[in-house]
Amino acid sequence: MIQFHLDSASGVAPYLQIVQQVRHALRLGLLREGDQLPTVREVVSTVTINPNTVHKAYRELEYAGLVTPRPGLGTFVTGSLTGDVPAASYVRLRADLVRWIEDAQRAGLDDESVEALVHGTLREHLRVEP
Amino acid sequence: MTSALTARGLTKRYGRRTALDDCTLDIPTGRVVALVGPNGAGKSTLLGLAAGLLRPTSGEIEVLGDAPGAGPDQLARVGFVAQDAPTYANLTVADHLELGRRLNPRWDAKAAERRIADLGLDTGQKAGRLSGGQRAQLALTLALAKRPELLLLDEPAASLDPLARHEFLQGLMAHVVDHEASVVLSSHLVSDLERVCDHLVVLTGSRVQVATDIDEATGTHYRLTGDARDLDDLPPGAELVHATDNGRHRTVVVRSALPVVADRVQVEQLGLEDLVLTYMARAATPALRTVASPEATR
Repeated sequence: MIQFHLDSASGVAPYLQIVQQVRHALRLGLLREGDQLPTVREVVSTVTINPNTVHKAYRELEYAGLVTPRPGLGTFVTGSLTGDVPAASYVRLRADLVRWIEDAQRAGLDDESVEALVHGTLREHLRVEP
Repeated sequence: MTSALTARGLTKRYGRRTALDDCTLDIPTGRVVALVGPNGAGKSTLLGLAAGLLRPTSGEIEVLGDAPGAGPDQLARVGFVAQDAPTYANLTVADHLELGRRLNPRWDAKAAERRIADLGLDTGQKAGRLSGGQRAQLALTLALAKRPELLLLDEPAASLDPLARHEFLQGLMAHVVDHEASVVLSSHLVSDLERVCDHLVVLTGSRVQVATDIDEATGTHYRLTGDARDLDDLPPGAELVHATDNGRHRTVVVRSALPVVADRVQVEQLGLEDLVLTYMARAATPALRTVASPEATR
């Protein structure tokens, strides 16, 4: 089951961090349809946050059509963010990316420069999506 | 729906000293409230009044729809732990649990025993021989085990080390989920409470400076920094909370329902800690406030 981690120094609201972590896991195929999210009680007693924060995050995921609460049972993943892309494509693309990062490091770029290059290029080439 | 706590014109004086002045509040149930303010601001007085241990000099206070300490039913619904986590020095931990069981109609003996075991406290130990942190944990265990609908905790984390504080707040959040309880936690530090609280009351100089849901507060406060000339006029719809000048450089905090856009001025949303500090700073410089904005407080 997915475990949330909150970074209090990030400046991102805690509920948004939960939303982003679920979306991220859905994209990477770490969460799939039918998987259960941790209960509100489980979340508050592992990451020490207000229960309403978790409710708010789960509600937002529900509006986005990604999860559905089943009363008495919990909250389940009912949507997907990977579309029809097969898992093998993710594996191949990730391997390509690792090769690219190694190449960049050999070329003498430090971590910060790698990140700056990736973020800058992403901004130029992607239609903005949160 | 009844409120967890309502106060109208609530005032408490000790002789000539005013501890709480004309305090008006309405805190809905189901909230975890951060009651924040410097030492001596009136936090303990407000909690003492809510617990029914103090009587108001004037004004009214209701807790869960009834007068504080009105009778046995009301007392059973409210849990209170005072600042120094008082326990009976000559009674053992087990004695305290037995006392709790006999005095509280909704006592959850299993939960109390489990919590004491989890904390690693020796039930045969006298409370007077426990460390400050252990004593605080014992007092909190008693307050949780009586299964209150409203928990009033005065500086609960003050004597706990960081790990114990973390564990205590985890247990408290689980309690809120399990029993749909409301909580008021006082602290002079907001960083401890940022993640666990969803409602904020800032108290300084015996007065309520701001009382609001935290999401609403952090979503509507902005800090504007820039040249003083560019900040003479505030963005439309924004009301001034506090302004500080440093030569030509001016920093302004405003409250605005709409996103703030301004030319040649840096705009940032205010985090909870900065927001609390701003209201405290404003209370400390009342002259500026009255000149700048008589309407800034709700």
